[in-house]
Amino acid sequence: MTINEIQDELIDEFQMFTDWMEKYEYIIQMGKDLPLISEQYKQDDNLIRGCQSRVWLHADYKDGKVLFTADSDAIITKGLVSMVVRVLSDHTPSEIAGAELYFVDKIGLREHLSVTRSNGLLSMIKQMKLYAVALQSQEK
Amino acid sequence: MSATSTISPAVLDVEKIRKDFPILSTMVHGKPLVYLDNAATSQKPLSVIKAIEHYYTHENSNIHRGVHFLSQRATEAYEVSRKKVAKFINAPHDYECLFVKGTTDGINLVAYSYGKQFVKEGDTIIISAMEHHSNIVPWQILCEDRKANLKVIPINEKGELKMDEYKKMLAEDKNVKLVSVCWISNSLGTINPVKEIIALAHEKGIPVMLDAAQAVQHIVVDVQDLDVDFLTFSGHKLYGPTGSGILYGKEKWLNAMPPYQGGGDMIKHVTFEKTTYNELPFKFEAGTPNIEAGICISAGIDYLNGLGIEVVAQYEHELLEYVTAKLLEIPGLRIIGTADQKTSVVSFFVDGTHPSDIGILLDKMGIAVRTGHHCTQPLMEIFGIPGTVRASLAFCNTKQEMDQLVEGVKRAVSMLL
Repeated sequence: MTINEIQDELIDEFQMFTDWMEKYEYIIQMGKDLPLISEQYKQDDNLIRGCQSRVWLHADYKDGKVLFTADSDAIITKGLVSMVVRVLSDHTPSEIAGAELYFVDKIGLREHLSVTRSNGLLSMIKQMKLYAVALQSQEK
Repeated sequence: MSATSTISPAVLDVEKIRKDFPILSTMVHGKPLVYLDNAATSQKPLSVIKAIEHYYTHENSNIHRGVHFLSQRATEAYEVSRKKVAKFINAPHDYECLFVKGTTDGINLVAYSYGKQFVKEGDTIIISAMEHHSNIVPWQILCEDRKANLKVIPINEKGELKMDEYKKMLAEDKNVKLVSVCWISNSLGTINPVKEIIALAHEKGIPVMLDAAQAVQHIVVDVQDLDVDFLTFSGHKLYGPTGSGILYGKEKWLNAMPPYQGGGDMIKHVTFEKTTYNELPFKFEAGTPNIEAGICISAGIDYLNGLGIEVVAQYEHELLEYVTAKLLEIPGLRIIGTADQKTSVVSFFVDGTHPSDIGILLDKMGIAVRTGHHCTQPLMEIFGIPGTVRASLAFCNTKQEMDQLVEGVKRAVSMLL
């Protein structure tokens, strides 16, 4: 699936929820379901600090594709992180670098990307793109 | 006061008071706003909003430098406001009350100017373990610059200062040049024994600065009774506009300190060779200030005075006791900061949850709280938690809102665990 196909799939999944409560219960569920990162990568080197919660991000490069794993100490952030990982992971560096993430807005979660929320999600997306750009330039 | 007792309605007519705050009728995500972030900033009564409008409609002009009608009118309003502030904190002289941008600005001014004059290599500044970053970082910058030492008064598990440790510091270190502590902790709500802190320092001839950002809106302030050397607070937490703040300093210190910034208004005479500085308070007020904020800070004070700060304090205390008891009924919930002397702030942590998750879910229920480390990261490390959920109360909150908070937390926890 392309990055946009996965985004559209996520938007579809969220369409069945009528209120914020159900939406957040789903995000929390996604956060609980995914043991995202192996403990060895949960170190300060991989830490993205937000004001509110912490996010760990690890990238592997295999067969021309970037595989992301991530985690957070806050469960809602973890749920949001798992969505971003689902969208961006297992794609080529140039696909990731060029991706426009519209699903967050479409699902009605744009506030989580605002500066005031500072939950590390925005920094995480930036970091993922940086990895991709760095790998892209290595390829060339 | 037990949790089941009713809060005396005769003390304050809260329903009437709430009508003075237009923003409190805001709907958030389809729910009526429950504003419990008063320690971050207070909401503004209509009288303050109108004062701001009045300034720009009838008084706007630069102050202290025009001979024309409007400039004199604005200057008059600015200086009358200074007098009101002086009276509010019982300062001996209004020129000891400097207009600053806020508490952070006040502390930076003292760290810079007092530090420049009085702090040398090997000297010591004492702060406490419960300080806001604003009362840590300016002193770190000074100490780094001067090769001076920053010492920290530790706290006990209830979030109270260990006064014995403080006494020991004063007894053992002969080079302490200043003590700077908060009156009330923004993240714990602890009311520090500031009168004793000041008296102990003064026995050794050491001046004391108080960060009163969380105190002025909850406690009667009398700088002469405290005998405090410097005291600073923000207008925006005192029902006034943002960008307004006061630094009170004893005349003897302010006169001995060099200016903080250079520019207009702070000079007497300028040549390219030498500038002579203006007298107090203007020596420390370089450039065109935030005139509107300076004038309207006293509109907030007038509003609070109209209610009576003792009455307000009693009501807020009753609310705090009520909500604390109710919150403690939630399994796994720990109150962070259980000092015997507390006001208006209840910080908590629920085992197995992250404060930010609870904050996000409360927001969806229309409840505004602060989550995180509250700019007191070292303090959170002491308690071994990433942060807390903090509800900070004011006289415009109701008992019903306390119930909504408790129900909201219960609902959030049930979703998260």
